[in-house]
Amino acid sequence: LTIARTLGSVSAVVLGGAGATEQFAAKLGEFGAEKIYSGEGPEIDDYLVASKATAVAELVKQVQPAAVLLASTQEGKEIAGRLAVKLDNGLLTDAVEVAADGTATQVVFAGSTIVKSKVTKGLPIITIRPNSVTPEPAPATPAVTVLEVTATDADKLTRVVERVAEQKGSRPELSEASIVVSGGRGVGNADNFKLVEEMADLLGGAVGASRAAVDSGYYPHQFQVGQTGKTVSPQLYVALGISGAIQHRAGMQTSKTIVAVNKDPEAPIFELADFGVVGDLFKVVPQADDEIRKRR
Amino acid sequence: MNIVVLVKQVPDSGAERTLSAGDNTVERASANNVINEMDEYAIEEALKIKEAHGGEVTVLTMGPERAAESIRKALSMGPDKAVHVQDDALRGSCAVATSKVLAAALGTLNADLVICGAESTDGRVQVMPHMLAERLGIAALTGARKLTVDGAQLTAERQTDEGYEVVTAATPAVVSVWDTINEPRYPSFKGIMAAKKKPVQTLSLADLGVSADEVGTAGATSAVVEFAKRPARSAGTKITDEGTGGEQLVAYLAAEKFV
Ligand SMILES: Cc1cc2nc3c(=O)[nH]c(=O)nc-3n(C[C@H](O)[C@H](O)[C@H](O)COP(=O)(O)OP(=O)(O)OC[C@H]3O[C@@H](n4cnc5c(N)ncnc54)[C@H](O)[C@@H]3O)c2cc1C
Ligand SMILES: Cc1cc2nc3c(=O)[nH]c(=O)nc-3n(C[C@H](O)[C@H](O)[C@H](O)COP(=O)(O)OP(=O)(O)OC[C@H]3O[C@@H](n4cnc5c(N)ncnc54)[C@H](O)[C@@H]3O)c2cc1C
Repeated sequence: LTIARTLGSVSAVVLGGAGATEQFAAKLGEFGAEKIYSGEGPEIDDYLVASKATAVAELVKQVQPAAVLLASTQEGKEIAGRLAVKLDNGLLTDAVEVAADGTATQVVFAGSTIVKSKVTKGLPIITIRPNSVTPEPAPATPAVTVLEVTATDADKLTRVVERVAEQKGSRPELSEASIVVSGGRGVGNADNFKLVEEMADLLGGAVGASRAAVDSGYYPHQFQVGQTGKTVSPQLYVALGISGAIQHRAGMQTSKTIVAVNKDPEAPIFELADFGVVGDLFKVVPQADDEIRKRR
Repeated sequence: MNIVVLVKQVPDSGAERTLSAGDNTVERASANNVINEMDEYAIEEALKIKEAHGGEVTVLTMGPERAAESIRKALSMGPDKAVHVQDDALRGSCAVATSKVLAAALGTLNADLVICGAESTDGRVQVMPHMLAERLGIAALTGARKLTVDGAQLTAERQTDEGYEVVTAATPAVVSVWDTINEPRYPSFKGIMAAKKKPVQTLSLADLGVSADEVGTAGATSAVVEFAKRPARSAGTKITDEGTGGEQLVAYLAAEKFV
């Protein structure tokens, strides 16, 4: 919403199960949604992606917006993809910034290259990476318009039969957290990951893991940071026992401040760390934790 | 079951990658080009389904002449044959155009099941499977970490931020897979030798009835206006732990107001 406001007046679209709009309306108003289009119910909720794209496409035809912005989650991108095909329109994914003229900034190739792109056919359909800007409140009182959504037969081909939540604790969501503490192969085993969790909890952050740590079974896959995992861009990223391979950097390179603990002084992670400690994480981390407690 | 696996050749993600200065497209000529990693998992999954249920596995690639190397590499894992869509006009195609071409090629292949990677390591656009499903009017089960085939019925566990969703559909369908789904096999020597003799059909845009001005830089629905190397992060302070490393670390965090 914060990015969308730079383009003009903003309407939010909520698509989900019954009650979804009620759940989000206050927050959407706080960040400047002037209207809310609400599509709820089984036609939306029971099928994968396709019926949501149909709903958005219908709305685009009705209200002719200047642009459509979505979150750069897998589902957000998938809706954008179907929408682009339906409207024979261009799309840009993973933008971190959108200018008033619709030019999007994308950070590509493991964070090494900054690209400015424009949709040249149709309206800008752009997906925005989480955490790319700090949301700024701009209170509005949105009126809710209910959308009559009719999924087509083709939309109903893939049915969602179950949604299963796995170990969602009290920690912030990884891709949105402002502090992330990640562990790598250097953590040694699954049990030792408690050390990473403890530091994350002391700092109020999320826990991440390198692919080597995930592949070795130390930590679940949904916490993987990097090219084949999550892209994070927190204020603070703490890398514990992570060497800093290019594919890992791909997911954390745009963090504001990077701190690393690694016993190998030559580890590439030190090339991008604002503060690096060459040392054994099993000594450094418990001492740091004690120090944090002391300073409270 | 007639299975088509989508395989894209990409520049190696472990090395330096860039766009070329002339037309802002990916610099592929100088890059070390490899099979998109997720696609190896797609090939493995296709081979497993063939082994369990019978059928045929076809590799489909859209890419320049040198993508032929990746096609041979893919075939050496075990698929039966390949289709290579190759046309100079395709250079610089956006995702919308790519999906148009791949959908046209799939139209000639009569697949029960199309399997692809959940994303490519270069574009990472993550849209191809749903775009193809939209164009072909078939089901899409994307982001699978587990896939079960029971006759014509497909059930997948779709990885989400919160956990997973169980999604079902009947064939024909497009399925995209993450690297959590299996462990891709290495090509055997026999496989490598056999791959040399497997049929690879090359198709041009004209063969597919797609016009050149709908694809490539000419038909692109989005354009790169400019690009720049991101300034490399410079290393900051590095200390060696001599007993107070943890304390020094927290002193830094406190100075930066994180503690
Ligand atoms: C296509 C592709 C995609 C990939 N995607 C990802 C991805 O998404 N995310 C990702 O992370 N990787 C990814 N990788 C893998 C990546 O190349 C590296 O293999 C991986 O990041 C290494 O993880 P690591 O740093 O934990 O392990 P290692 O490289 O083994 O590093 C372990 C580090 O721990 C240090 N260490 C050991 N013991 C201690 C101790 N007691 N105290 C302090 N330090 C210690 C060591 O010095 C070493 O530097 C990908 C690879 C490929 C080919
Ligand atoms: C850095 C970068 C950024 C880009 N950003 C955009 C953008 O914002 N908008 C846009 O429209 N285009 C973009 N592109 C172009 C886009 O990547 C290509 O058009 C590409 O062919 C399709 O997208 P993808 O590979 O990212 O697809 P994804 O949807 O990420 O790929 C999923 C799977 O589709 C299959 N697949 C994809 N392409 C092919 C192929 N050529 N042959 C066979 N199988 C294939 C593979 O199995 C792959 O694993 C970008 C390209 C780059 C390099």
